Amino acid sequence: MSTTPRPIDSDADTLAVDAPFVIELLRGFIADGVRKVGFERVIVGLSGGVDSSLVTALAVSSLGTDNVVAVFMPYRSSDPQSRIDALAVCESLGVGAEIVDITPQVDAYFDRFPDADRTRRGNKMARERMSILYDHSMAERALVLGTSNKTELLLGYGTLFGDMASALNPIGDLYKTQVYALARALGLPQSVLTKAPSADLWAGQSDEDELGMRYAVVDQVLHRLVDERRSRAEVIALGFDAVDVDGIVARMRGSQYKRRPPVIAKLSNRTIDREFRYPRDWGR
Amino acid sequence: MVLERSRTGVIPTVAGVPDGRVDAPSPAPEGVTDPAGSVMVALAQFYPRLGDVGANVGAHLTTIASAAAAGAGLVVFPELSITGYFLKDQVPEIALTIGSPEVGALRDASREGGIDIVAGLILESDEHRFYNAALYISGGDVLHVHRKVYLPTYGLFDEQRYVAAGDRFRAFAVPIGGAGHRWRAGILICEDLWHPSAAALLARQGVDLIICPSASPGRGQLQGEAVGTASSYDVMTRTYAQLFTTYVLYCNRSGFEDGVGFWGGSRVVDPVGTVVAEIRGAHESMLLHRLERSAIRRARVAYPLLRDERNDVNDAETDRLRRRHARG
Repeated sequence: MSTTPRPIDSDADTLAVDAPFVIELLRGFIADGVRKVGFERVIVGLSGGVDSSLVTALAVSSLGTDNVVAVFMPYRSSDPQSRIDALAVCESLGVGAEIVDITPQVDAYFDRFPDADRTRRGNKMARERMSILYDHSMAERALVLGTSNKTELLLGYGTLFGDMASALNPIGDLYKTQVYALARALGLPQSVLTKAPSADLWAGQSDEDELGMRYAVVDQVLHRLVDERRSRAEVIALGFDAVDVDGIVARMRGSQYKRRPPVIAKLSNRTIDREFRYPRDWGR
Repeated sequence: MVLERSRTGVIPTVAGVPDGRVDAPSPAPEGVTDPAGSVMVALAQFYPRLGDVGANVGAHLTTIASAAAAGAGLVVFPELSITGYFLKDQVPEIALTIGSPEVGALRDASREGGIDIVAGLILESDEHRFYNAALYISGGDVLHVHRKVYLPTYGLFDEQRYVAAGDRFRAFAVPIGGAGHRWRAGILICEDLWHPSAAALLARQGVDLIICPSASPGRGQLQGEAVGTASSYDVMTRTYAQLFTTYVLYCNRSGFEDGVGFWGGSRVVDPVGTVVAEIRGAHESMLLHRLERSAIRRARVAYPLLRDERNDVNDAETDRLRRRHARG
């Protein structure tokens, strides 16, 4: 794990964002994306972490409190602080929180598979939350907003068809450090801004421990590899740790399947998404 | 400001600083109430429905009528305003010809409203090639067709997969500004603007007005109150206006397609390179501004760059390079 800052090349502000400008753009993105498909409302799985708190705040800013449904879905091992933070976010935004405890359904399932490791359990929880959100989406006539940021999408640090599932993702092109910048600008509760990032799938889980790197470093490396299209060697020459860089590259390649739709066996002359290419906003 | 499609189909008009988002248009010259050769232009920063030609033509007609009612002699719509931009496989399905009834409706609107129109569409040729084109319509006729020459096929763009490239940059006379006044215009569609030779060719043909319909997606730098692409267009529009001592009418679009936001920022740049009217933001809006012949004259008196242009040197050097290229 990188413990010492390595700054690195002169372009240290490469992840800086003009928060009011980006917030305005994302408000427009949400309102447009929701209304053009005939919806007025959105639903967000709110964990009390910074990503889902930011998405909830953006949604409220875009559509108003009456059009945002926040669902908090704890498991019995979830950190009690998550509930405090989620409710604080809802209170600060004036949104009511719906609480759906997923413990009964998760435990009922794993009673049948007691040997499952914690990765399986974590994935299952993420997918239970997804299925609850999509069920409530139908009940509330509310579109599901995604809460995966660019860092975790690029690293594959999410559950396929779980927390990665959504209709619209306002923050999927923002690195984690940029998410924090917007969250600060929107005045989210201090606790949300300062606690260690965690998927909170089991007690004491920490993103940065699992990744073996700090987000501050990961984001700098990713920006140089992905946005600036620098080679591995060029990034290392800037002063980043070769082990970190190689680890990030390996994670990106290894998780590419998570960022693509399922592979379709090619047979006809016009295969979906290969020759059959229409925009999602077809006719809208 | 929420960047969404106007639900009424009517684009709000701005002609000054009513909402604080638009720079004040330059005032009429002192003591001149009806300046000779001047013309009011309207830039319609519009949000088309992707692939819904009927709805878009309807919205054009509404906007044309309000531009005409506001006294505009020319209304400019963005690139592919009749179709939307990221069409993909819809291209052959929504293509029109000059004889299409939808184009006919715009021709009628220009005749009935006494207003010239620049609108964007996918134009199908007799050979069934599809072009990203802009029409200049005046008095019921299509006066000029520009087929986009530079088709971006990199980054988020994929135009060469779907459309054919145009092969000319031609200036044309436009009947604006009253009888007896000569205005020449040329059209550059979006990416055409990124190639200075295109603007130079129009300048050599004596244009007073470079009309640039655009569908520019916002991306890049997230710093400084604008996307990176906006900064690029800021530089290009001001530079071309100043170097070619011509007005530049830049009309970008509004709205989102598949999550890509178009950043708006439509503007009029005068012949000394000053932004004299601008829509600050990506919202649907119509900008009105009066162009003055006298501003062109003043610019060319102060900066006789076109007079001094060495086309002979340019031609000789171009010929030399062509011969060398031919020799291999």
